[in-house]
Amino acid sequence: MRILLFTLFYLGGQFITKAQELKVINKSDLVALINSKSDTVYVINFWATWCKPCVEELPVFEKINKDYTGQKVKIILISNDFKKQIKPKLKPFLLDKNIQSEVWWMSETDPNIWINLVEPNWEGSLPATLIFKGSENKRFFHEGSLTENTLNAIINKIAP
Amino acid sequence: MKKLSVIITILLSLSYFAQAQTSGYKPGDKAIDFNLKGTDGNFQSLASLSKGKGFIVIFTCNHCPFSQAYEQRIIALHKKYAPKGMPVVAINPNDSAREPEDSYDNMKKRAKKYKYPFVYLVDENQAIAKAYGAMRTPHVYVLDANRNVIYIGAIDDNFEDAKLVKEKYLENALDAFLSGKPILNPVTKAIGCGIKWKK
Repeated sequence: MRILLFTLFYLGGQFITKAQELKVINKSDLVALINSKSDTVYVINFWATWCKPCVEELPVFEKINKDYTGQKVKIILISNDFKKQIKPKLKPFLLDKNIQSEVWWMSETDPNIWINLVEPNWEGSLPATLIFKGSENKRFFHEGSLTENTLNAIINKIAP
Repeated sequence: MKKLSVIITILLSLSYFAQAQTSGYKPGDKAIDFNLKGTDGNFQSLASLSKGKGFIVIFTCNHCPFSQAYEQRIIALHKKYAPKGMPVVAINPNDSAREPEDSYDNMKKRAKKYKYPFVYLVDENQAIAKAYGAMRTPHVYVLDANRNVIYIGAIDDNFEDAKLVKEKYLENALDAFLSGKPILNPVTKAIGCGIKWKK
C-alpha cells in the first residue's frame, strides 16, 4: 500500500512538474524559433498573467493545443511577466489553470531589441500572436486577442 | 474549403486595413492639439501647457503594471525636463467600462496619492489615442514646440528595475533635441498593456 501511495505521489508529482515546466528564453532563442524552417505550424502567443485580455484568451490556445494533438501544430505561450512575479504569480497560475501548452518566459529586460524581429508593425501591446509555417514561409501576425474560430481558420489556411 | 479561404482572405485584408487605419504618427508628422479634462477638473490643451520647447506626451493609465513600474520614472522625467521647457503630459485613453480601475475618479485618487507633478488627462472618447496611433500603456510621443513628432516609443531598456537601466532611450532623445543634435533612435518599442478600446 505504501509503495502504491508512493508511486501515485511520485507520478502525480511528475505530472505537476511537467505542467508547470517553464523554459527561460532570450533573444537568440526567439530568433531561432521564428526562423525555423520546420513544416510544423507554430502558434506563438505573447502574454502575461497581469494582462487581463491575455488571460481571457488563454483557454482558446489550450483548446487548440488539445484539438490538434498528434498534428504538426505547436502552441508556445511566451510569458512577459516580471522576473519577480515568476515564483509568486506565474508558476502558481500555470498550475492552478493546469496549462498544458508549452510555456516560455522571456528573460530579456529590453523588449526594444526583439519586438521588431517578431513583427515590425507590432507596437508591443499584449496579447499578440504570431502563426507561421517556416517550410512554406507562411505567416500571420495579430496584435490583440483572437477568437477560437479565427485561430482555427488561420491554422487551417497555413497548415496544408 | 473555398468558402473558408474567402473568409480568411477577407479577414486578412480587414486586419491590414485596420492596421493601416490605426498606424498613427511617425517622426516628422505634426500632432493634433486637444482639449482634455485633467484630474483637477480643468481642461488642458498643449497650447495651454506649453513651456516653450515641446512636450513629453505619455499615454498611460492606473491599472497597468507597466505604467505602474514606470510611474516614479515619469514623475522624475517631468521634474527634470519641465524646467527645461518639456513638461510631461499624461493621458489615460482606457475605456473605464472595460477597466474600472482606470475611471476618472481613480485617476484623481492616483494622481493625489503619488503627487503627480504633471497634468493627468482623460481621453474619454479615445480620439487622441487613435489620432496619435497609441496602442499600449505606457506609449510615449515627444513633440517639439510646433507639435512635430520627434520621438515615439519606450522610456528606457529595463521595465522591471530602474536601477539596472543602461539605455535611457527617451532621455537620450530629449537631451539630443534640447542640445540641437539629431535624435539617433527616434523610434523604440516596449511591451505594454494594450489600450482598452470601447467595444
